[in-house]
Amino acid sequence: MKKDNSEILNDNLNIEIELLLEALYRKHGYDFRNYGKAHIKRRVLHRLAASGLNYVSDLQHKLIYDDNFLKLLLDDLSITVTEMFRDPDFYKAVRQEVFPILKTYPFFKIWHAGCATGQEVYSMAIMLQEEGLLDRAQIYATDFNNIALKKARDGIYPVDKIKEYTQNFQRAGGKSSFSDYYTARYDSVILDQSLKKNIVFADHNLVTDSVFAEVNMIVCRNVLIYFNKNLQERVFSLFEQSLIPGGYLCLGSKENLRFSNIFRNFEVENDKEKIYKKQYHTRTIKKNNV
Amino acid sequence: MFEAVVIGASAGGLNAFKTFLPKLEKNFSLPLMLVQHISPQSDNYMTTHLDKLCKIKVKEAEEKETIKKGTAYFSPPNFHMLIEEDKSISFSVENKVNYARPSIDVLFETASYAYKNKLIGIILTGANNDGAAGLKKIQELGGFTIVQDPEEAEVDTMPLSAIKIMKPDKILKLKEIADFLNKIHKNNKRIA
Repeated sequence: MKKDNSEILNDNLNIEIELLLEALYRKHGYDFRNYGKAHIKRRVLHRLAASGLNYVSDLQHKLIYDDNFLKLLLDDLSITVTEMFRDPDFYKAVRQEVFPILKTYPFFKIWHAGCATGQEVYSMAIMLQEEGLLDRAQIYATDFNNIALKKARDGIYPVDKIKEYTQNFQRAGGKSSFSDYYTARYDSVILDQSLKKNIVFADHNLVTDSVFAEVNMIVCRNVLIYFNKNLQERVFSLFEQSLIPGGYLCLGSKENLRFSNIFRNFEVENDKEKIYKKQYHTRTIKKNNV
Repeated sequence: MFEAVVIGASAGGLNAFKTFLPKLEKNFSLPLMLVQHISPQSDNYMTTHLDKLCKIKVKEAEEKETIKKGTAYFSPPNFHMLIEEDKSISFSVENKVNYARPSIDVLFETASYAYKNKLIGIILTGANNDGAAGLKKIQELGGFTIVQDPEEAEVDTMPLSAIKIMKPDKILKLKEIADFLNKIHKNNKRIA
């Protein structure tokens, strides 16, 4: 069947977007080639409209020759929207079901993969503090977006979010008063700096980097929704290798481990809150002996 | 031959869906993807309730789910729903668009790239202007556009916002929308 004009234009656009992602990878090392295509297209077209250029190919030229453009494009492609105690029921479940196990270790490690601007890392730190566990914890908070990571390290957030954060904190079963954990200054709040004494903020890219630690719990929420299935599998396998036996994997409410290859080595701890536990005895597939 | 239907609604949407989704015939030959503006904390009451009322299957969409005909997929609360060109569903938690997440514009825009001139877009009752730009996009890519008759809509702002920036192919009442979709369905079956 002959293609109509809108199909031809769309095919052209898709070629241009693929070439832009190829340039981004080859020039700067950021690999978005296995991200979900609809999301990428939306964000690229958003950048195109904002830049006043005509074609995505023009963006490619800018990306290669204008160093300032990289920052803009990365900001478009990576979603850093987050909040403190986002999905309060998740934090409640972690407190009730995971912390009692973490308590049995003299020392434990938590990895927040794709921490963006850090709100969810501090939420976890506050809960650990309330349970008297923060001193025993080593928290790794990683992201590939260095601008977001700097905000995470600073722990300074707009004051207009505090009402929402406080409500979330209470619904998450917070025991103390949320205002104990921040100081308001003008239009910002600074989180209690002692919360980050055991947090290491580091540049790590789930797409291109590998295992860097063995941890008791991984929190990676609303990151994998942007990846295609192949990339999701790669990251799941990275997580499996990074978890100790009996370690916990926490995903976002719409992310699911069930259809993944590594699911055979996990059990469901909390189906609704997407908390999975790595089994103590894990199996590896033997090629000739299934 | 049309391949999919996208529908957006806000204030008054649940009543509108209850009125016309149950009229769609069994084995309906197209999939429907729907956004209803809804509070982030909502449970799945709406989809389970509609599923009981309807002959087609109604469910909350799942991440990376392959789109099947005869099924109505509602966006979950607090996520944008995007349609991939391989005809599967994905989500995003990017900022609200038109003060809404899920946003109708996000669904319509991505669906228009996935289905182009094989898409039907419908705007129903609502108190804001989400969906207007998306409906325009559907039209630009050759899709068919319908707006609920503002006279009938519980809140007419959303239909009027769409009509203001584009000329929809049809302005219909809910009953007529159901009849129109059933006609498309029969026509699809005849061709197939």
